[in-house]
Amino acid sequence: MEGLWDFLRSLHDAYGINLVHFYDTFERTRLLRGMWTTIQLAATCVVLSVLIGIIGAWLQGSRFKILKGFVQGYIQFFRNTPPLVQMYFFYFALGPQMPRIENEYGIAQPMLGSFAWAVISLSFFAGAFNIEIFRSGVEAVQKATVEAADSLGFNRWQIYRLVVLPLAVRVCLPALNNNLVNLIKTTTQAYAIAVPETLYIASQIWSDRINVFEMMVTLLTFYLLLVGIFVWLMTRLERSLRVPGFGQ
Amino acid sequence: MTTAWTPDQPIVGIKDVHKSFGPIEVLKGVSLNVRKGEVVCIIGPSGSGKSTLLRCINALVPINQGSIKVEGQEVHDPALDKLELRKKVGMVFQSYNLFPHKTALENVMMAPIHVLKRPKEEVEAQARGLIKKVRLEGKEDAYPGELSGGQQQRVAIARSLAMNPDIMLFDEVTAALDPETVKEVLVTIRELAEEGMTCMLVTHEMGFAREVGDHIYFTDRGIIVEHGPPATFFTNASDPRTRAFLSQIL
Repeated sequence: MEGLWDFLRSLHDAYGINLVHFYDTFERTRLLRGMWTTIQLAATCVVLSVLIGIIGAWLQGSRFKILKGFVQGYIQFFRNTPPLVQMYFFYFALGPQMPRIENEYGIAQPMLGSFAWAVISLSFFAGAFNIEIFRSGVEAVQKATVEAADSLGFNRWQIYRLVVLPLAVRVCLPALNNNLVNLIKTTTQAYAIAVPETLYIASQIWSDRINVFEMMVTLLTFYLLLVGIFVWLMTRLERSLRVPGFGQ
Repeated sequence: MTTAWTPDQPIVGIKDVHKSFGPIEVLKGVSLNVRKGEVVCIIGPSGSGKSTLLRCINALVPINQGSIKVEGQEVHDPALDKLELRKKVGMVFQSYNLFPHKTALENVMMAPIHVLKRPKEEVEAQARGLIKKVRLEGKEDAYPGELSGGQQQRVAIARSLAMNPDIMLFDEVTAALDPETVKEVLVTIRELAEEGMTCMLVTHEMGFAREVGDHIYFTDRGIIVEHGPPATFFTNASDPRTRAFLSQIL
């Protein structure tokens, strides 16, 4: 490893290519920490937004008009307003309304930090789209298949969980994939409420070290790899779910 | 509330059932009784309400008026335990309606495991037996998309049987099949009938109805026009509508 750092350091001296965020231990550590924060943020939001999508699509099939109306209102709100404004709303408007708790030093601090608000805001944002995506899949499931499950004695939740959802997922996976890729990229927006994720740390480094160009290239490469790995995993999932004679 | 049902009473008792879809009255006062072990065939032109009648029996479709009793239990009682009813009544559909993401064996095993909460090993043994019974040995791990229509329909029959129903409803189960595969499905149904399973069939297979049916009902425009045992029904139909229908078919 030391050899590599020395090589990168020599690039700076010889050509002025400033990769200090790799060879300097302090910068490297905080950049890696930022990347880890991005990964945690993205993974949490992916899981939560998919859960919102699954539950929301289930509630849309409810017999209760109020529930359906509630889900519809939620979708309209989060789909038709800018995600950055939503994040500001959660962090700056809702955040201060929340009760404060005392930390171990006896100082009152907000109940939820910026990371938690970023998770909430991004999950709700992507979740609204996921509901619509799952709904399109649910609607593609044949009524007759549902009727057969009904006649076998399955209850509504079992029908959804065991029959409708597994079939719907196979139909809507490509669209879901797209939305989740967007979600992962939108995690950079957490910069705006000072979540120490990759973009936020990168901007600190390029301000301190004046290596904007190199940091940008590093950033883009990181996201290219992150999203690339995610898409690869999703493609594998899609392939493992393939069923002979269905949807081909 | 309900008096205990005994096998000498009708297992299915239908009395003056009316059913409308919007302004269209599909059933206009249908009554019929089925005894345990009996095979009843319902024939009639398309749109005469045959399939609707079957769907009413296991409460897939609510009725507007009248009474349907299965083993003494009123089906259209709001307090009905639908699960109890559906354990007793199995149904097989025209379009098979298998779960496309499950193998043949899994299709048969799903309901007993999730609905009846029976242990998996026991259900699997039963399911393998049923697949064998419908002559699909070796196809346990095939997905519905890999099976022919006749094979899928036999899996659907096995899937219903896995719930150990007392009554089987067959809704035009051979209508979507090509002539060669019709036979393999009919053989399976005939075996069931011979074993004493109570069966109600909506069918266009007159020859089959005549052969396995204990009682034939002819419906037209929402009413039962005529009924009787096959021997008299097919040779001595008295109503002109029945005769007109039979002359077109036979």
